[in-house]
Amino acid sequence: MDIEPWLYSLPARLRSLLHPHQVDQEMKEELREHLEEQTRENVRKGMAPEEARRSAMRMLGPITQVEQQCREALGGNFGNDLGHDLRYGVRQLLRSPGFSALAILCLTLGIGANAAVFSWAEGILFRPYPLVAHQQRLFALAGTSRGEAGAGELSWPDFEDLRRNCSLCEDAFVSKITGSTLSVGDHAETARGSIVSANYFDAIGVHPMLGRGFEPGEDSGSDSHPVVVISYQMWRDRYQGDREIIGKVQRLNNVPHTIIGVTPKGFYGTFVGWAIQFWVPASMEETFESGGYKLEDRGARWIEAYVTLKPGARPGQAQQEISAIAARLETSYPATNRGRSIGIWPLWQTPFNHAGELLPTLEVMVAVVLFVLLISCANVGNLLLVRALTRRHEMSVRLAIGATRVRLVKQLLTEGLILSALGTAAGLLVAFWCRYALVLLLPTHSGVAMYLPGQMDARVMAMSAAVCLLVTLIVGIIPAFQTRHLDLAGTLKADASGVVGARGKAWMRSALVVLQVSLSFILLVGAALLLESLEKIRSTSPGFSTNRVVTTGVPLVAAGYDIPRAKIFQDELIDRVRALSGVESAAFARVTPLGYDTFSETPIVVDGYQPSRDEPPSVEYNQVGPGYFATLGIPLFSGREFRRNDDENSPPVAIVNRTMVTRYWAGADPVGRRLQVKGRWARVVGVVADSKYESMRETPMPFFYVPLRQDFVREPDLNVRTRQSPVTIRAALVREVHALDANLALYETITLEEQVDRSTSPQFVAFTLVSILGGLALVLAGVGLYGVMSYAVAQSTRELGLRMAFGAGAANLLELVISRGLRLTAAGVLFGGVAALALTRLLGELLYQVSPHDPVVFGVALAAMITAAILACLVPAWRASRTDPARVLRDS
Amino acid sequence: MSKPSDLVQGTLDMLILKILALEPLNGWAISQRLKQISSEVLGVSDGSLYPALHKLERRGWIRAHWKPSENNRRAKFYSLTRLGRKQLEKETANWNRVSAAISGIVQLEEA
Repeated sequence: MDIEPWLYSLPARLRSLLHPHQVDQEMKEELREHLEEQTRENVRKGMAPEEARRSAMRMLGPITQVEQQCREALGGNFGNDLGHDLRYGVRQLLRSPGFSALAILCLTLGIGANAAVFSWAEGILFRPYPLVAHQQRLFALAGTSRGEAGAGELSWPDFEDLRRNCSLCEDAFVSKITGSTLSVGDHAETARGSIVSANYFDAIGVHPMLGRGFEPGEDSGSDSHPVVVISYQMWRDRYQGDREIIGKVQRLNNVPHTIIGVTPKGFYGTFVGWAIQFWVPASMEETFESGGYKLEDRGARWIEAYVTLKPGARPGQAQQEISAIAARLETSYPATNRGRSIGIWPLWQTPFNHAGELLPTLEVMVAVVLFVLLISCANVGNLLLVRALTRRHEMSVRLAIGATRVRLVKQLLTEGLILSALGTAAGLLVAFWCRYALVLLLPTHSGVAMYLPGQMDARVMAMSAAVCLLVTLIVGIIPAFQTRHLDLAGTLKADASGVVGARGKAWMRSALVVLQVSLSFILLVGAALLLESLEKIRSTSPGFSTNRVVTTGVPLVAAGYDIPRAKIFQDELIDRVRALSGVESAAFARVTPLGYDTFSETPIVVDGYQPSRDEPPSVEYNQVGPGYFATLGIPLFSGREFRRNDDENSPPVAIVNRTMVTRYWAGADPVGRRLQVKGRWARVVGVVADSKYESMRETPMPFFYVPLRQDFVREPDLNVRTRQSPVTIRAALVREVHALDANLALYETITLEEQVDRSTSPQFVAFTLVSILGGLALVLAGVGLYGVMSYAVAQSTRELGLRMAFGAGAANLLELVISRGLRLTAAGVLFGGVAALALTRLLGELLYQVSPHDPVVFGVALAAMITAAILACLVPAWRASRTDPARVLRDS
Repeated sequence: MSKPSDLVQGTLDMLILKILALEPLNGWAISQRLKQISSEVLGVSDGSLYPALHKLERRGWIRAHWKPSENNRRAKFYSLTRLGRKQLEKETANWNRVSAAISGIVQLEEA
C-alpha cells in the first residue's frame, strides 16, 4: 500500500477522531454559510428575501440528509462513527442493565472456559518446559515391545549406543524422574528430582545461574560423582537464597552430595506435571533407584530420555533411523533385546509423564469448551434478537432520518463488540484465576510440588481476541439480520399480534434455541458417559481388597540404613505391627499395585517353553514378603504363599499369576516347575489370581512374585490389613517405628482405595470438567428456552386472551406453552442425539466398558434435558395461564 | 435529492479537483463554478457537493483552511494538495484517453 495518501489524510482523520464535535460543528457551519451566500446571490438576482432563502434551501436539498452524508463521507471512518457508536452502545447497554449483565455473564463463562482450557492445553502441548531451548525439535525417547502398545523405559547401554549412532540426532539426554527424602535439620520431606546424563543442561540450553552444570564423565561409574544441581525454588525456600551455596553439602537419601549449581528462576525441569527440585548425574542412580548398579546392564530398563533432532530432520526419518539402530541392538543382544525397539514421541505425547495421561482429557475439553462458547453465543444472540425487536421503533426512526442500513449494522456490531470485549476481559480474569485449577483436580502426592500452569501469554491473549471478534460477529450479525425486515411504513403498526411459537419472525430465535438444546444435549450425553465409565472403573474389582488395607513406608535409605540393618528393622517392625490390636495381617512389598511407582520387569526363561521369535522375553514382577497375598486379599489357587524362611539362604522360589500359567504352562498347574529369573532358577510354589497392577484399564497380563528377601530392597511399602481407620493405624504405626528408631519418620499412610482412586484420576478429571461444563450448558440452554418462551407469551397475549375468551382454561394454556417449549426441546434433542451418536466416539480412551451409544446414558441425558426444559417453560406458561381475557381484548 | 450516477460521481471529483487547481475556493464558490461550467449537463445539486468535498479531503487530495470570506465572515476554503494534483493529472490523462477512444468509436459508427 502506498503510504502517501494515508499521510495526507491523517490530519483530517485525526481531527475527526480527536474533536468529533468540532468537526461536526464546522461541517454544519459550512452548510449554513453556503445557504447564506446562496440566499444573497438569489437576492442579487432579484428574488424576495423569503423566496431567495427557500430557493437556496431547495437547491441544497434536505439539510439533515446532507449533513448525514457529509458525516459519512468524513467519517465512515474510525474517529467519528466508532466513537459515536461506542458512546451510544454503552448508553444502550446501561439502559437495560439486567440484559447487559446476563449477556456479559454468558460470554464470560463461554470465553473464560475457552481461555482457561486453552492455557492449560498450551502449557502441556506447545511448550511444556519453560526455558528449555528448541522444544520444537525435542522428542521423548522410550522403549517399545513388539506386539504391545505403549512404551517403557530404556537401558543405559541402549541409550548410549543410540546416542553414538544416531546421525539425525543433534543430542540425546536422560531425564529420569526420581525422589528423595530430604532432611534439613530435623525436618524430613520428599523432593522430586531427576537422574540425568551429564550433557543434560547443555542439551536443553539451560545454564545454572550459580555454579555449574554437570561435566562430561560425571554420569559414569558407580556412585562416583555425588554432586547435585538444585532448583531456584529449593535454593530460595530451603537455603534462604544463600549466595555461598556452591560447595556446600546436602544429604540425599543419606548420601552427602556437593551442591555444584542452582538453576535459573522459572526452570522446572523436563517432566510434565512436577516441578523438579534437584538433578543428580546418572552415576548416582544406585542411591535413588532400587536394583543396584545398572549403567552396564542392558537388561535393566529404567531410564526416560529425550532426543533433540538436527534442524530440518523430520521425525519420520529419525524414527526410521532409530528403529534401524534398535534392530541392530536386537540382533547383537538377543538375550536382553529380543522383541524390543525404540520409539520417539512428540513432547505432547510423552509416554512417561503426565502429558500423555492428560492429552485425551484436554482434547475432549477443547471440544467441550467450544460447545459452551457456541451455546453462550447463541444465548447472547437470542437476547439481542429479543432486544432488537423491542428496538424496532428506534431502528426505524434512525432509518427515516437518514441512517443507512450499513450504518445500523455497524451500530449493532459495535454493541456486540462492547459486549464481547467486556465478556473477554472478564473471561480472561476467570481463566487467570483458574490457571492452576488443573493441578487442584489431580490427586496430591504427599508434599510434592506439582507444576501444571496455564499461562496467560500472548498466544492465549491472541486466541481470546480471535474468539472475541468471532463472538462479536456472531452476536452482532444475528440482530442485524432483523433490520433487513424493517420497513418504514410498518413502524407504527402494532407488533403484538403473534401466536405462541408461530413461525415467521420467531424462526431464528427458535433455531438458536434448538441449537443450544442440541449442543447441551451432546455435552450431557458426554458427561453421563464419563460418569458411567467412572462408576464402572471404580466398581471394577482391582483383584485385591482395597477398603481395609492401608499402605505406607519408612524412609530407611534416607536414614542411612544399610542392607543388614534394614533387614533386621523390617523383621522387627512386621512382628510389632502384626501384634497390634485390630491388625489382621501385614506384609512388605517393593511396590503396591496401582501406586505411582512402577514394577520392574526382567527377562525370564521357563522350562519347556519355547517363546516365539518376536515375543519379548520380559515379564513384570514384584518382590513381596510373607503374608502379602493374605494382606491384599489376592486368592491363592494352588500351592502356598511365601514363608519367612523363603530367604537369601534357601532355594529361590516364585509365585505366578493365572495369566502366566496360561501362557507359559498351557494352563497346567506349574507348582514344582522351574522358572529362570535374572539367571537363577526358581521353583514355582504357588499360583495366585490375576489382579490389576499398573492401571485399572489394563487387560490381564503375566506377572510373578519373588520373596522380598531373595531380591531385597531397603524401602518397600508396608501394607496392613486392619479394621481400624487410617488415622488410628497411622498413629499406632508411628509409635511402633519410633520404638525401634526415634529418628525415623513415616511416609504418607493411605488406604488402597485412595490409591486406586488416584490411579483413575484422568477419568475423574475428565468427568468433573465435562460435568461442570455440561451443567453450565444445561443452564444456558434453559435460560435460552426461558427467554424465547417468555417473549413468545408476551407477544401473543391477544391470542391467549382470545383462547381464554373462547373457553380455554388456565390448564389448557399452561399445556399449550409447555408443549410448544417441549417441541423446540424435542427438535434440539433429535439433532443433538444424532450428533452425539457420531461424536461420543471421540471420548475414546476415557470410556471404560461403556458403549459410546449406551441407551441408558442417552435416556438419562434426555430426562435431564426435558426436566430442564419444563422448568424453563414453567414461568412463562404460568404467566400465560394468568392472561386476563377481558383486559387483553379491551387493550387491542 | 437525486444521487449522481457513478460516472458522474467520478467526473464530479475530477471537476472539483480541476476547479481547485486554478485557485483555492470555498464551497459556495465551487458550486457556482460547477453551475457555470456544467450545470445543465451534469445536474450536480449543491447537496451532493459537500459530501464529495469531505470525501476528497479525507482521501488527502484537498486540504481545508478557515479564512475570512469577502464579507468578513469565516468560510472554509479548499485547496489542492500535491497528492490531489497528481490525482488530477492521472484522471485527466485517463479521461483524455477514454474520451478519445469513445469519440473514435462514435465516429466509426457514423462512417
